[in-house]
Amino acid sequence: MLKDITIGQYFPGDTIIHKLDPRIKIIIIALFITSLFFINTFFPYVFILIFILLAIRLSKVPVKIVLKGLKPLFFIIFITFAINVFMTKGEVLFQIGPLTVTKEGISQAVFMALRLIFLITGTSLLTLTTSPISLTDGIEKLLSPFKKIGLPAHELAMMMTIALRFIPTLLEETDKIMKAQMARGADFESGNILNRAKNLVPLLVPLFINAFRRADELATAMEARCYRGGDNRTRLNELKLKRHDIIALVSTTFFFAFIISIRYIW
Amino acid sequence: MDNDIMIKIEDVTYEYNSIGEEGQLRAIRNLSIDVKRGEFLVILGHNGSGKSTLAKLMNGLLIPTKGDIYVMGMNTKDENKIWNIREKAGMVFQNPDNQIVATIVEEDVAFGPENQGIPPAEIRKRVDEALRIVEMTEYKRHAPHLLSGGQKQRVAIAGILAMNPDCIIFDEPTAMLDPTGRIEVMNTIKKLNKVEEKTIVLITHYMDEAVEADRILVMEQGEIVMAGTPREIFKQVKKVKELGLDVPQVTELVYELRKEGIDIQEDILTVEELVRLL
Repeated sequence: MLKDITIGQYFPGDTIIHKLDPRIKIIIIALFITSLFFINTFFPYVFILIFILLAIRLSKVPVKIVLKGLKPLFFIIFITFAINVFMTKGEVLFQIGPLTVTKEGISQAVFMALRLIFLITGTSLLTLTTSPISLTDGIEKLLSPFKKIGLPAHELAMMMTIALRFIPTLLEETDKIMKAQMARGADFESGNILNRAKNLVPLLVPLFINAFRRADELATAMEARCYRGGDNRTRLNELKLKRHDIIALVSTTFFFAFIISIRYIW
Repeated sequence: MDNDIMIKIEDVTYEYNSIGEEGQLRAIRNLSIDVKRGEFLVILGHNGSGKSTLAKLMNGLLIPTKGDIYVMGMNTKDENKIWNIREKAGMVFQNPDNQIVATIVEEDVAFGPENQGIPPAEIRKRVDEALRIVEMTEYKRHAPHLLSGGQKQRVAIAGILAMNPDCIIFDEPTAMLDPTGRIEVMNTIKKLNKVEEKTIVLITHYMDEAVEADRILVMEQGEIVMAGTPREIFKQVKKVKELGLDVPQVTELVYELRKEGIDIQEDILTVEELVRLL
């Protein structure tokens, strides 16, 4: 059961979007988010929509999977929508009890909801097309200029890698301990929240103890393999910017500059 | 310095400081061992005999309380040499899960050479070579948690191999594996010794694994109590048993047969040998 869980939501593929340098992808997403917040009319959304559809098309990720990323956040989108509908003042359309619905409210609500939807689909497209490893690599490389001011870029990336590596191992272990405790009559499924939380203790204590033991052994093994921090370390797959990375970066920069400028031109 | 000596252990004592307790736990007492280049050395002993401590002493993970350890002439106490020592004497641990760092097999094998600061092209060569030796090439893009225990342990071995060590220390590498995994790992270890000419120090409590060794040391309470070739050791069935260890099943059978008055050669180690003899 727990074994089937995949880490992140990477959708493997061999498309141009998948092959883009992770650093470039992260920068593009940052530009994308920034320009989304500069948009203040409906009109530029057309370009954003075209951009997202084009990216989805190029990445060959099924639209259904991209939309699935919206599901857990549906509630937040709904709340945002409702608050905007009822709280914006303006030309009253109709009233439901104490709540008034205005024309401006509806337009504002649709606007905000669209912004959220674009935000989520854009970012999930990044995680869908970039494996967790190259994502960590990208983050490490992007953060490395900040090493000078004391930001531990390599250590952060190493921590993320180890966390990703041990998630399935610890899930498996949780499953094992749960079964062992259930065989001894532990009950994880009934009672109120407080009782359930209490019942988790016999699961969490061995899990934590084991995690600490694992950490100790892993640290020893890493030392035995000459790990001594990020200095002078080389990589098997060095990130190298290729022609298509530069093209993608330059063209999207122009595109987002155009989107942002719409706000000031019109 | 003698070039034929891989690891030289000179009169070493190691004490663990346990908090809150009077006195120290002495894990290793006045031990001296020479590990020869190219040799397949097995260290036997039951739990708490100090054999894992000895393994960690051999590549500088622990520093002796008294005495000196030299790996290819480098003292493990010398902090400037510690990384060279760990490059020369690689170490494989018991639990394969807790020594794999990366989320993809080949990335993990590359971890050691990456730490050594080797150029990417050379890392690629070493990784491919190491995976070929342990016969895991076809799994190089797999996630480690989906592999079997034996496969994971072979990946861990490849990770050490990629660092290009002259000597590999195995600390009970098969203790957590199923019988199939154990055979896979043992075959790999034999191959490393015979084909790749690596010096092997294998720490174990499985007698059947010790049969393959060039030399066996039996440890008890931090001291070496028996030393010799497998035949010399397992001949002494009674003494081995007194130390709380087993002898290989075949040897035990021969021992019992001889006790019953059947006159056969006493230093039999494998089933094939006995079959041929009978």
